[in-house]
Amino acid sequence: MVHWDLATTFEVVCKKGSGVPDVVIVDYGAGNLRSVARAVASTGVDAEVTANPAAIESARALIVPGVGAAADTMANLNAGGLVDPIREYIASGRPFLGVCMGMQALFDLSEEGGEHQCLGVLGGRIVRFPQGLTVPHMGWNTVRLANPHPVFEGVPADSYFYFVHSYHARPVDPAVIVGETEYEGVTFPSVVGRGNLLATQFHPEKSGTDGLRLYANFLRLALEQGSIAPATATA
Amino acid sequence: MLTKRIIPCFDVDNGRVVKGISFVELRDAGDPVELAALYDRGGADELVFLDITASSDNRTSVYDMIARTADQVFIPLTVGGGIRTTQDMRTMLEVGADKVSVNTAAIERPELISEGAYRFGSQCIVTAVDAKRVPNTSPDAPQWEVFVHGGRTPTGRDAIEWAREAVQRGSGELLVTSMDSDGHQRGYDLQLLRAIADAVDVPVIASGGAGTADHLYDALTEGAADAVLAASIFHFGTYTIASIKDELASRGIPIRPPRPASDS
Repeated sequence: MVHWDLATTFEVVCKKGSGVPDVVIVDYGAGNLRSVARAVASTGVDAEVTANPAAIESARALIVPGVGAAADTMANLNAGGLVDPIREYIASGRPFLGVCMGMQALFDLSEEGGEHQCLGVLGGRIVRFPQGLTVPHMGWNTVRLANPHPVFEGVPADSYFYFVHSYHARPVDPAVIVGETEYEGVTFPSVVGRGNLLATQFHPEKSGTDGLRLYANFLRLALEQGSIAPATATA
Repeated sequence: MLTKRIIPCFDVDNGRVVKGISFVELRDAGDPVELAALYDRGGADELVFLDITASSDNRTSVYDMIARTADQVFIPLTVGGGIRTTQDMRTMLEVGADKVSVNTAAIERPELISEGAYRFGSQCIVTAVDAKRVPNTSPDAPQWEVFVHGGRTPTGRDAIEWAREAVQRGSGELLVTSMDSDGHQRGYDLQLLRAIADAVDVPVIASGGAGTADHLYDALTEGAADAVLAASIFHFGTYTIASIKDELASRGIPIRPPRPASDS
């Protein structure tokens, strides 16, 4: 059981009684939606799980979960009229967290089951692990951060996170790679980010205490400072 | 480096753990939620719940159990037993399971695997293969037959062929149980594990026969399994998750170390 001492702080920050949700988890039918909502709830923060584009517009912290296939994910985001609101939210520079397919969808296109246009927020494509490897890459693996990141504060180096995926990102600009993971000789970006945007290939909501700490850090920084970016990036 | 997964398994009936469990630190040894939290703190990498509830019309208890577990335990949860339709899958995933395991219903109607993989993604469709050695096949070239209904009913299907088909249909993982070894604590069927691991490119979970840390080591090396599932050795306290992990790690198996006690 997890008790965050930050919960009290959050209550003050979050419950202003305005009726407008600060933390929004985008509901487009992603398989891990409930798990992400549970992880956020465990940090003591009230979040709204919603498919309403208006809630995204007014959010102060946005989380896009995701698991499954790229084509489905994009089809569902499109059908829900969520593509533009998510793009606009990210363009506005407010704190954003993407998880697994919620990370992959940020790139230009995915090669999963053909070629599928994605959100195009980050340059690059989503490619399959080479033939001959056991896929999915499933289980606990370590993340090596290129530089310290505020959202990883308090998470010991070489901590393990839970992965399950058959495709990985290949960004155009290596500067968006926040952390890397090695699987069977393939090194791939397991955390990407730029400014107030951060996204993980692994599932923090299924990665025990360290995973929950990422949600807690993200929410605390987003709600208290309006920024999750490393100091160098905000300067 | 990707680590090998250590997975305790619970048999649950009407929302209660039924295999004898005797931990002094548990108030209620039959409560799956409390047990799941204990194993999570001890360093379990995933949890598998096998619902053996005899009557299929009483599913509410298991849904409630999964929901309560998922509220407190933030590692992957797999649920098997009685999953017959994609609607069963949907309900189980919605209440909090991360993966569902199919067995009898998939043999009867293999499209269930493809439909589930299409709707929810391969990553959450586990096919459980219960296999038994075909009598009188050579020990050098053994064959295995798939059994269903908890190992009671032979199907005439070859286990390796079925494993291949399940993966082709979209299963993202196989849970391979040797019916010959299950319950005997004399080790996994390493030949069976190896034959299936060589035949497919998805992760294989070894099940059936764990009695010592050596058995787990053998399954992960000689058996080429990606994960090992065990019940009795953990439930009866022969090993803790941490003691098994320490031993495997000391023998060079990549393992996610158990967290220091102060962090739990």
